Amino acid sequence: MTTDDGRRTTNHGRRTTDDRPQTTNYGRQAVRAGWGVAPTFEPNLPRRKVMGMVWEGVALLAILLGIAMLLTLLVKVFLDGLPYLRPQLFTEFPSRFPDKAGLRSALQGSIWLMVLTALLSFPLGVGAGIYLEEFAPKNALTRFIEINVANLAGVPSIIYGLLGLGLFVRGLGLGRSLLAGVLTMMLVILPVIIVSTREALRAVPASIREAALALGASRWEMVRDHVLVYSMGGILTGMILALSRAIGETAPLITIGALTYIAFDLRGPLDIFTVLPIQIFNWVSMPQEAFHRLAAAGIIVLLALLLTMNALAIWLRNRLQRRW
Amino acid sequence: MRTLPSHRSLIRRRRAEERAVKAALLFFALVSVLTTLGIIYVLFQETVLFFREVSFAQFFLDTRWTPLFVSQRFGIWPLVNGTVLVAAGAMVVALPLGLLAAIYMSEYASERVRRVLKPFLEILAGIPTVVYGYFALTFITPILRSIFPQTQVFNAASAAIAMGFMILPMVASLSEDALYAVPNSVREAAYALGATRWEVATQVVVPAALSGIAAAFILAVSRAIGETMIVAIAAGQQPKLTLNPLESIETMTAYIVQVSLGDTPHQSLAYKTIFAVGMMLFVMTLGMNVASYLLTRRFREVYE
Repeated sequence: MTTDDGRRTTNHGRRTTDDRPQTTNYGRQAVRAGWGVAPTFEPNLPRRKVMGMVWEGVALLAILLGIAMLLTLLVKVFLDGLPYLRPQLFTEFPSRFPDKAGLRSALQGSIWLMVLTALLSFPLGVGAGIYLEEFAPKNALTRFIEINVANLAGVPSIIYGLLGLGLFVRGLGLGRSLLAGVLTMMLVILPVIIVSTREALRAVPASIREAALALGASRWEMVRDHVLVYSMGGILTGMILALSRAIGETAPLITIGALTYIAFDLRGPLDIFTVLPIQIFNWVSMPQEAFHRLAAAGIIVLLALLLTMNALAIWLRNRLQRRW
Repeated sequence: MRTLPSHRSLIRRRRAEERAVKAALLFFALVSVLTTLGIIYVLFQETVLFFREVSFAQFFLDTRWTPLFVSQRFGIWPLVNGTVLVAAGAMVVALPLGLLAAIYMSEYASERVRRVLKPFLEILAGIPTVVYGYFALTFITPILRSIFPQTQVFNAASAAIAMGFMILPMVASLSEDALYAVPNSVREAAYALGATRWEVATQVVVPAALSGIAAAFILAVSRAIGETMIVAIAAGQQPKLTLNPLESIETMTAYIVQVSLGDTPHQSLAYKTIFAVGMMLFVMTLGMNVASYLLTRRFREVYE
């Protein structure tokens, strides 16, 4: 699983560049910040070295603390949820009785949501990425779009829920339907797809483009027949990671009014729906201990789904991505 | 002999196709702009309707938030207080740990150690927030209650701790990028002057990467303010003005969830409040995102 805040545009090994050259003066910046200005000199070298080693240990401890937290979380969830991880969990609808309750409608909702969101957001996100990376002239409009995409990646997801509520649920009159949820979720993950598509396209060396253009290909032919082919591995990887974010996202769907108690099969995109994380949230909110354990079982299913998707993404990356 | 289509018509057709494709792709890119406009339009429209019934004074000067009760009060500050309290708590966890993790990754860890540690942090970042909410409520809260018996079942501290660990990887990864961008010549110069490794890291590399680190911190705060599920599960639904993290509070995001779960009729005043609260949230996070963006652009050091 990868962090997908869409902001991460610099890569290791790649020097960051800026179109406005500046003078190199890190010292002035440090002074401005009042940091590291003429630190008092400590002549005792062994002591400085020991201090350094102590702090190195502390820094390592910070990472290990994070990892310990992660492992505790996983163990806790598994211990809580294991007793309820049984066939009924997948075949039964939600119920007031924890022993009869299951994830059937939530699983259907999550899978439908993921498939439809993928179908809609793939052309839109990849198309936008291609435009910005391959076609866009360097002008004010392009800069505006780029800033806008970066900013959208930082908008809290619950705000997208309010947008979906006003625009799709009320405005287009879609109600609390799956389609309204799909459109909302598409907008949530678009910035992520655009950013990852651009990174994948950027990894294709210029020589490929120049060779195609030299042979008389138009710009679109160059992109379609060469650049896209070579970058497809990276694009699909980004797509899967974006979808794995969509499947865990809860707040925007609650805001558009996705329901928690759905006791029938999902038949089409205009039906009301629920998804895994909403069902989990609902069970966590119950006062009874048994429902908490049911929620833990639901979390195991959700994490298993996420793990599968990420494994798929890694496999795809290794298989399709090419090193230049 | 079969006649080929004329050269000129071929070129014309290709040019038309090229133009059509480019226009379509431009439209796709503009969807993101339309999204932003949509957000602003929807929030603005409902917020204007809200402020037709509730005055600015009631919103910004009152100290109680009870729009779902019979005696409605609309003071936003209790919700802002809850949001800031949880976000501040999360930062107490995420900022020092994240920065230390970044320093270790960038300045100390060998390539092999990095390859082992990094995936763990990425998994930590990829876990859905509803899972952190569950963890906060069923694991962190009981521990807090055994240490501080006066802790309420729903409390700000528990949510803040879980949120801190959720945001830690983001702080670590963005700060690490900033540290990594500082060229080795700077480090080597400091070593040549006799500095130890830790001195190089904290007195040379960190100050040189300060703008990037500050931008990462601001983004982390913005993320904490907009985070929803952890607080909706673990922090409670009692908007109040308090600085005690062991009490039950309510954040702006949790309030939106609370109203969305209930059967609030469209057109009712309670329904409009979530857009007003959303507007407040949007303005706060937008301000921070812009500040972070300007910081990286303005002060980013460029090394030859």
